[in-house]
Amino acid sequence: MTDFRSPLSRVKGLGSAKDGTSHFWRQRLTSLLMIPLVLWIGFSLAALPVDHATLTGWIQQTWVTIALILLIIVTFYHAQLGLQVIIEDYVSSHSRRTVILLLSNLACLLLGTIGVVSVLKISFGA
Amino acid sequence: MSNSNHPTSPHLQIYRLPLTALLSITHRITGVILAFGCLLLVWILAVAADSAEAYQAIEPHLGSWYGQIFLLGFIFSLYLHFCNGVRHLFWDVGYGFELEVVDITAKLAIAMAVILTIATWVVAGVA
Repeated sequence: MTDFRSPLSRVKGLGSAKDGTSHFWRQRLTSLLMIPLVLWIGFSLAALPVDHATLTGWIQQTWVTIALILLIIVTFYHAQLGLQVIIEDYVSSHSRRTVILLLSNLACLLLGTIGVVSVLKISFGA
Repeated sequence: MSNSNHPTSPHLQIYRLPLTALLSITHRITGVILAFGCLLLVWILAVAADSAEAYQAIEPHLGSWYGQIFLLGFIFSLYLHFCNGVRHLFWDVGYGFELEVVDITAKLAIAMAVILTIATWVVAGVA
């Protein structure tokens, strides 16, 4: 087989998607970060009564605010990466895929921002 | 294609998926479920940030039967995706590819997800 790739493209190793293993790597790093965070949020929320005063009082603790914002950012980053792979695999029409990808990315960005702002608003007691 | 009757493989309607393949597609499905679930959770958080009154208006829904089904479904999806994700991370660093091990870790991931779901539910019930 003749290799039609240039020596430069081979040494860069970025392939046709132009970003090499970066997507894969980001997905793994975000999942590693989420291992402690998911266990923490799952059991903390379960142990908490769901009334407004308890919930906001809990969020207002500085370390909870920090951990929650971290969790929200990492979660929606991870979700964006995962949804992207699923959309790329199952939506074959190029134009439709591009539109759905843009909407999915926008939704993740928007939801992550709403989440972070909500935590900050509660934390600063507005 | 001239030979349209030629069998293709794997024929998903006939071929019985092994547990690992079943978990693989479940990983994607739970991923999508979690993304939509997070949409609802962020909405609840935004309502809580808005005002105590607005939150108290939606609070009964959390304790209702459909609220409980949503929470239980979300938590189980979360832990299944979590445990199978850890399984993927082990594969990524090169461990656990032997067929017997793959089968054992698949069952282990499902069992751990059930245990974590029950544990969370028990903690929630005690609190």
